[in-house]
Amino acid sequence: MATPLMNLIKRLLKSSVGRKYLMAISGGCLVLFVTGHMIGNLQIFLGRETINTYAQFLQSNKEVLWLVRFSLLALVGIHLWSASALTVENRAARPLGYSGNPAPTAASYASRTMLMSGIIIATFIVYHLLHYTAQVPAINFTGQDFRLLHEPLRDGTERHDVFAMMVLGFRNPYVSVFYLLGVGLLCLHLSHGIRAMFQSLGFKNWQWGLLIDRAAPVMAWVLFLGYASIPLAVLLGLVGKEVVR
Amino acid sequence: MKVTLKVWRQIDSTAPGSFQLYPTPDLNPDMSFLEMLDVVNDELANRGEEPIAFAHDCREGICGTCGLTINGKPHGPGRGIATCQLYMRTFADGDTITVEPFRAKPFPVLKDLMVDRSAFDRIIQTGGFISVRTGSAPDGNALPISKIDADLAMDAAACIGCGACVAACKNASAMLFVSAKVSHLGLLPQGQPERHRRVARMVDQMDREGFGACTVTGSCEAVCPKNISLNFITRMNRDYAVALFKGE
Repeated sequence: MATPLMNLIKRLLKSSVGRKYLMAISGGCLVLFVTGHMIGNLQIFLGRETINTYAQFLQSNKEVLWLVRFSLLALVGIHLWSASALTVENRAARPLGYSGNPAPTAASYASRTMLMSGIIIATFIVYHLLHYTAQVPAINFTGQDFRLLHEPLRDGTERHDVFAMMVLGFRNPYVSVFYLLGVGLLCLHLSHGIRAMFQSLGFKNWQWGLLIDRAAPVMAWVLFLGYASIPLAVLLGLVGKEVVR
Repeated sequence: MKVTLKVWRQIDSTAPGSFQLYPTPDLNPDMSFLEMLDVVNDELANRGEEPIAFAHDCREGICGTCGLTINGKPHGPGRGIATCQLYMRTFADGDTITVEPFRAKPFPVLKDLMVDRSAFDRIIQTGGFISVRTGSAPDGNALPISKIDADLAMDAAACIGCGACVAACKNASAMLFVSAKVSHLGLLPQGQPERHRRVARMVDQMDREGFGACTVTGSCEAVCPKNISLNFITRMNRDYAVALFKGE
C-alpha cells in the first residue's frame, strides 16, 4: 500500500525535482563540512599546540568520529548517485545536439562543467583521504610515515603531530599543486553549486535571489583563499619552519 | 542584403535529416526572419523544390507557434523576442545563418524545422487548469489580490509555451515552462485548492515525457521571448516539496 511516506521516498528517488532535492541537501551538508574543515585547518596559523589539541579533540570520541565519517561518506554517495542519475536523464533528453556544439546561452563556465569539476574533486578527495586520514606512506612523497609523527607533552605522554604532518605534506610542491587544483575546482563547483542548491530547494525568491546569486561566488572565494593559504604559507616558509625532516 | 541559409531538412520524423545550403535572393533588411523564409520558399516552389517547413501563426510574438534555433540559439540573437520578431537587419550582408529545429527528445521533428510540442499539451492536461467553475470574468477588485501577487501571476501567465526554454537548456529541461504554468495559477486565489496536486502531477508528467532536469544555468530565462524568470522554477520546487509532505 502506498503510504504518504513511501510516496515521499519514491518521489525523492524517482522524480527530477526529488533528485535535485537530494543533490542539494547532500551538497549543502557538504558545504557546511568544508566550511568547518577550513576553519579547523586554519588553526595551523595559531601554532603547533593549538591545531594538535584540536586534532586530538576530533579523534577523542571514536563513536562520534566514525558516525561523522560514515555520514559524510553517505552524503558523498547520495550526491554522486543523484548527479549520475540526473546526468543520464539529461543526456537522454537531447539525443541530437545543435550544429557546431554551441555553448548554451548565458550559462556560466562553472554551471556547464559541474560534472567534470565534480569528478576531479571526487578523485582529489580519495587522494586527500589516503594522504592525511589513512596516512598511507607511499603516496605522501616525503619518504616518511605520517603515523609516526608525535608531539611530546609535558606530562610525558605524546600525541599525533598533525602540525608536522601538514607542514611536511605541503612542502612537496607537487602535492601542494594538486591540492590547490582540488580546492580550486571545489570552489568553482561551489560558486555555481551554492546558488543552485538554494534554487533546487526553493529557498529563493525575487527579494533574496540576487543576494544569493552574488553571495555564492563570494563564499566560494572565501573557501578557496582559506584552503589555499595553508599550502602557500608552508611553501613560502611562513609556517612550520621549526619542523625538520 | 543577401545571406546564405544552412537549413536542417528532414522529410519526416523517421527519416534522418541533414543540412542544406540555400543562398537567398536580395532581401529587405526590415523583413522578419519568417518573411525571409517565405521569400526563400517562394523561390524553392517556383523551381519545383519542396519548400522549407516551419511552424508559424500570429507573427506578432504572442502565440508561441514559431520557434527556430538560429545560429545555435532558440529564437536567434536578441532578448525577449520570438523568431517572428527577429529582423534581417540583425544580420550582416553575406552572413551564413544556421537554422535548426528545437532539439529535444520529447519534441520529435515532424518535418524540416517543425517539431511536435504536444508533450507540453499533455503536461497542461495533468494540472494546468482550475477544476471548479469560476464563472465569467469577475468585476475588477471583487476578489482582493495583492499587487505583488497579481504582477507575478501575470509575469508567469505571459508564457506562450513556445518551447524555447527546452531548446536552450543543455539538459532539454521543461522546468521553466512547467514552473510558469504552475505559478500563474498557484499565485491566485482560484488556483489554491489544487495548488499542490497540480505541481505534483505536472512535474510527474514532465518527467514521463522525458525532459531533463534543471541545472540552474539560466539559458532558458535568457532565450525566453516573454522573459520568464528562473525564480519561478524555485517557486515550483518549493511547491513540489510541500506537495510531497501533503502526500499529493
